[in-house]
Amino acid sequence: MTQAVKSAKSAPATGSGAVMVLGGGVAGVQAALDLTDLGYYVYLVEKSAAIGGAMAQLDKTFPTNDCSL
Amino acid sequence: MDGYNEGLALTRPIHIDYPQAVPASYYIDPKACLHLTENTCKICVPVCRSRAIDFTQTEKIEELQVGAVVVAPGFGRVPDSTLAKYGYGQHPDVVTSLEFERLLNPSGPYQGQVLTMSDRRHPKRLAFIQCVGSRDLGCDNGYCSSVCCMYAIKEAMVAKEHDPELDITIYYMDMRTQGKDFDAAQKRAESQFGIKFVRAKVADVMPWGKKGLKLTYSTLNGGHHFEPFDMVVLSVGLDSPKDAQAIAQTLDIKLNRYDFCDTSAFTPLNTSREGIFVAGAFQGPKDIPESVTQSSAAAGIASALLKQQRGAGYVVKSYPNERDIKDEEVRIGVFTCHCGINIGGVVNVPSVDQYAGGMENVVYHSESLYSCSQDAQEVIKQKIKEHKLNRVVIAACSPRTHEPLFQETLKDAGLNRSLFEMVNIRDQCSWVHAQEPEAATRKAMDLIRMGVAKARGIKPLAEQTVPVTAKAVVIGGGVAGMTAALTLAEQGFHTTIVEKEAALGGNLLVIKKTILGVDTEKTLKAMIEQVKKTKLITVLTKAELLDVSGFVGNFSSVIRLADGQENTIDHGVIILATGGKEHTPQTVLGKELPASEAIITQRELETRLNAKGKKLPDSVVMVQCAGSRGDDLSYCSKVCCNHAVKNALTLKDKNPKAQVIVLYRDLRTYGYAEEKYREARERGVIFIPYSLDAKPEISKKGKAVEVRFFDPLLGEEVTVNPDLVVLSVGIVPQGTEVLSKLLKVPVTADKFFLEAHVKLRPVEMPVDGVYVCGLAHSPKPLDETVVQAQAAAAKAAMPLVKGMVKVDPIVSHVDKEACIGCGLCVSLCPYKAIQMLTSEDKKKRAETIVASCKACGICASHCPTFAISMGGFTNEQIFSQIEAFGKSIEDKL
Repeated sequence: MTQAVKSAKSAPATGSGAVMVLGGGVAGVQAALDLTDLGYYVYLVEKSAAIGGAMAQLDKTFPTNDCSL
Repeated sequence: MDGYNEGLALTRPIHIDYPQAVPASYYIDPKACLHLTENTCKICVPVCRSRAIDFTQTEKIEELQVGAVVVAPGFGRVPDSTLAKYGYGQHPDVVTSLEFERLLNPSGPYQGQVLTMSDRRHPKRLAFIQCVGSRDLGCDNGYCSSVCCMYAIKEAMVAKEHDPELDITIYYMDMRTQGKDFDAAQKRAESQFGIKFVRAKVADVMPWGKKGLKLTYSTLNGGHHFEPFDMVVLSVGLDSPKDAQAIAQTLDIKLNRYDFCDTSAFTPLNTSREGIFVAGAFQGPKDIPESVTQSSAAAGIASALLKQQRGAGYVVKSYPNERDIKDEEVRIGVFTCHCGINIGGVVNVPSVDQYAGGMENVVYHSESLYSCSQDAQEVIKQKIKEHKLNRVVIAACSPRTHEPLFQETLKDAGLNRSLFEMVNIRDQCSWVHAQEPEAATRKAMDLIRMGVAKARGIKPLAEQTVPVTAKAVVIGGGVAGMTAALTLAEQGFHTTIVEKEAALGGNLLVIKKTILGVDTEKTLKAMIEQVKKTKLITVLTKAELLDVSGFVGNFSSVIRLADGQENTIDHGVIILATGGKEHTPQTVLGKELPASEAIITQRELETRLNAKGKKLPDSVVMVQCAGSRGDDLSYCSKVCCNHAVKNALTLKDKNPKAQVIVLYRDLRTYGYAEEKYREARERGVIFIPYSLDAKPEISKKGKAVEVRFFDPLLGEEVTVNPDLVVLSVGIVPQGTEVLSKLLKVPVTADKFFLEAHVKLRPVEMPVDGVYVCGLAHSPKPLDETVVQAQAAAAKAAMPLVKGMVKVDPIVSHVDKEACIGCGLCVSLCPYKAIQMLTSEDKKKRAETIVASCKACGICASHCPTFAISMGGFTNEQIFSQIEAFGKSIEDKL
């Protein structure tokens, strides 16, 4: 997830090849990662201080009880 | 207040939410800061040594040029007024499921101890109340949130792991564990963990005695009961985001009546505005795997829209040239990490650091509080240059999570990333020996000595890349296969659809509309036309995949065509969309089914309902889970309840006087389909639950059929003689076993394809370059199939976009001189990654296919002549590690 965050910081993109992802929960982060893997510059916009959203608050996940973080 | 802990704990005004937060920067809570609220204090400004606090900063508005938007704001909270009905806010021991989640968490308010909020005692009896804020017209949430049954089961199981004595009851209306392998988890909760499930509606929760709570509930037979508990957890549903209206207004997109994003079954992620896509819970309540799948799918369709601009402004990180260390003497730097108190609280890091400094070839050593922090990376880079280090040893946490970060730092400093060795003195030392600090310190020294010994022998390894054939093959031409092919073609990649039937369309050919009323017939026709006229798609019907060889980027498939000829196609990726079919049950409700024309399946009923001029039945009994969930099939097929409700409503439309009885176990109309379940009840469809100890009986009486079942409301057995008995029979996968052997990909016990990771890699198979979507993955409705197909296409496009695949240099390497061509390695390799080649001297020699190798090392450990070595883990390196370990024992003797 750092790649997406980093690339948005390092240099501004020009033109309309960039994509904005609104929300940095698991859905937004995954979309941002996949878009960079598909060759697009991403602005990931999150209103709180850290990305991760509600999933970062979970302990384990159903049904395998894997660690959520 | 600590928002991360749901306000159950206190934190400082300047804090970081949790240690793993990204970015790991502290922030000031404006509601708690004395300067921002009272205009006083400001003590942080001079105290911060980095001068990182600047109160003069103000909000800035920036304008960004983008070609597409993916909106993923998540979900909101159910209003407190709804929770108040169950005593929330009045009694501290009534908590929400998210609060309970934090209570269970080791980083939570009581370090993972489950304690009552009122007086911090260990609760003995715990209740979960399901459907709080879901399926509830009282708060205008007429939908099912689709996640609460699962998290309640999970939280109950975790709570039992913390305290096996805990007595837990879950009060529910229907257990909606319809996802892949979810029913199995519920069974486990019941049989292994002893968690009780009670079908009931909870009326209220009141104080009871001095400390307790009294939960009043009514059961199916109308009886009222009450039970005392120490703690009650409300399984709250997912509401729309609080600012949904504002988001919709800003983006100019439409919302549905519940303020979630408005979309349609064939284009589930397209908002009402072109170029704006939606993903995750804002599209409708859903769990993590479905959110992740939607995100990949949204990325795929955004990518199709912008394919002309692909790469515009894309920043590719550049690195300095790699330093040639061939003629240099070995100069090792050892960096030992405190990991906060994780290591430093147990291991005496300063003395370990001193010890490291005394070793041969170690020219630099230091300790740091967090060696993974950004500033520590700068220090490492600087020291590499300053001391001409050519091997770096980091003694810290696990290479599994942090090796890539440090290797990146090496590359930034002009070193080959393989010149790195990580020593795990946390997970394998300080964590497991927390009670023995002195022994742990000695062990950390041992581990570092071994790491340094190995580091002496490390050589730079070249990064390898393999070119990719930028074409795809999709197996299956139903909605999943066609959607995947279209999404790939729209991104500019040639795709071949291999369909075994004569026509495209699959299961949807017999269906006219979805439960929510979307006309599927017209859209399917349009989709088939679109596939046929897309130049980048080749459709092969009556075709069959015979053989696949190769690896990601370089597959070669042999396909038998309609005329019997065999055709070989080269391609880079393959998507499995082989679909499923209606199950033909052998046993129904534990018994053999009588043969009768009056007993049909939901699919047959749908065909009759759609046919013109046919006489429709006046009375129908529908039997859910016929052949599923314990008969021949162990699992739930997810769509049968929707199918039954849809057909019941269509029958009522066409023959309003028809009597319809639905016998069910748990009615699983999750999401918005819940509205149709309500509508069906309002229109007189009778829903009667049955339990496993009183299953309905279907028998034949001459030409007629008879159904006998127990009605819990009447409290007695009822016999009816309907015109038709309609069975909801479930879905089985097709052809997965053959493909599983061809591609070496796994299937579940139920013969569906098994994805690489249930939560985080839901459409990728464990074999690189192979993806899955649709019913071949698990039973699912149309919209979920479309999303999954778009996601599989997005993932499959990634290696095609890059034009090459990178190979980790730790793959195996065969020494041709030493190889005797025995072939043992070829037979042992689980990834088809070693092949036998005949060399010039006509002898057979093994060779690694680097793109397929997963670096497991099985070949190297079995080679009788030691001809195979693993990059970064050569025999010499491992022997030197073992020798270094032995040195300590010698010292002690």
